[in-house]
Amino acid sequence: LRKNVEDFTGPRERSDLGFVTFDITADILNRKSGLQTFWNKNTLMLFFIFDWNVKQLFLYLSAEYSTKNNALNQVVLWDKIMLRGDNPRLSLKDMKSKYFFFDDGNGLKGNRNITLTLSWNVVPNAGILPLVTGSGHVSVPFPDTYETTKSY
Amino acid sequence: AVAAAMLSLDFLDDVRRMNKRQLYYQVLNFGMIVSSALMIWKGLMVVTGSESPIVVVLSGSMEPAFHRGDLLFLTNRIEDPIRVGEIVVFRIEGREIPIVHRVLKIHEKQNGDIKFLTKGDNNAVDDRGLYKQGQHWLEKKDVVGRARGFVPYIGIVTILMNDYPKFKYAVLFLLGLFVLVHRE
Repeated sequence: LRKNVEDFTGPRERSDLGFVTFDITADILNRKSGLQTFWNKNTLMLFFIFDWNVKQLFLYLSAEYSTKNNALNQVVLWDKIMLRGDNPRLSLKDMKSKYFFFDDGNGLKGNRNITLTLSWNVVPNAGILPLVTGSGHVSVPFPDTYETTKSY
Repeated sequence: AVAAAMLSLDFLDDVRRMNKRQLYYQVLNFGMIVSSALMIWKGLMVVTGSESPIVVVLSGSMEPAFHRGDLLFLTNRIEDPIRVGEIVVFRIEGREIPIVHRVLKIHEKQNGDIKFLTKGDNNAVDDRGLYKQGQHWLEKKDVVGRARGFVPYIGIVTILMNDYPKFKYAVLFLLGLFVLVHRE
């Protein structure tokens, strides 16, 4: 069940705080298959990336969107370090956003176009540090109203 | 101890055998080497756009990717926008030591003004606690460069030289001796 809850009582600044939780047992029919394919496609790619000069991959899921205040916003929601030798299969079950999804202002309310992409930083044993963006992306719209319940 | 004394006497003999002209020649040679090294360094600064194109990792906050002593190669070109996931080297206003962490969040305005938040991979929390009192974001001006490549372990020499000044003097002394005595 993916809930999009905006809670105005953020701890630091009075900005929009978005909560996005992912869970494969989604009962949101039209979103489910989109998220699943996006995740599977990227997990498949990871099998091929590890070679003798790849020490680790730093994976991160970032949300990109634009608001009235700022033309471009990018927020990392979740990251993971995957060492060579780790199982490259990513599990999508019940992953909560690791970091608070704060906006700089009130730009999340009613924002229809928040794009989630999976990217990774290849850390070699020695050499260049490339940043690669995974294929595909998922679009997440936020509702027009705030929710005041604190359950998440 | 006797062998060491004999060795140093050998060196001194060599130096005495060189006449003044040869000595000046050696000194000029040394000067050329130093100038070339400086030129290469300045050239790197221009090409990469960074005031410090090569830095040594000083802390373990980016493990397991980088460890203390790893060498990082940076670029700081204005045309490259700062995006999340990038590894940036930045200085906090008023502090000398550069920090190597990853960009966690960015908010960029239409005109290119950007403010961003960083976090070390190995840290549990973001860097707000490290920033200056009252500072919540970093800006372009705080950035020394973006890490584009790295080589492990090599920077340990720099750390050793910093932590043990006697080691630094020993290295410099040996280098100087080698250059002066080397007859090419």
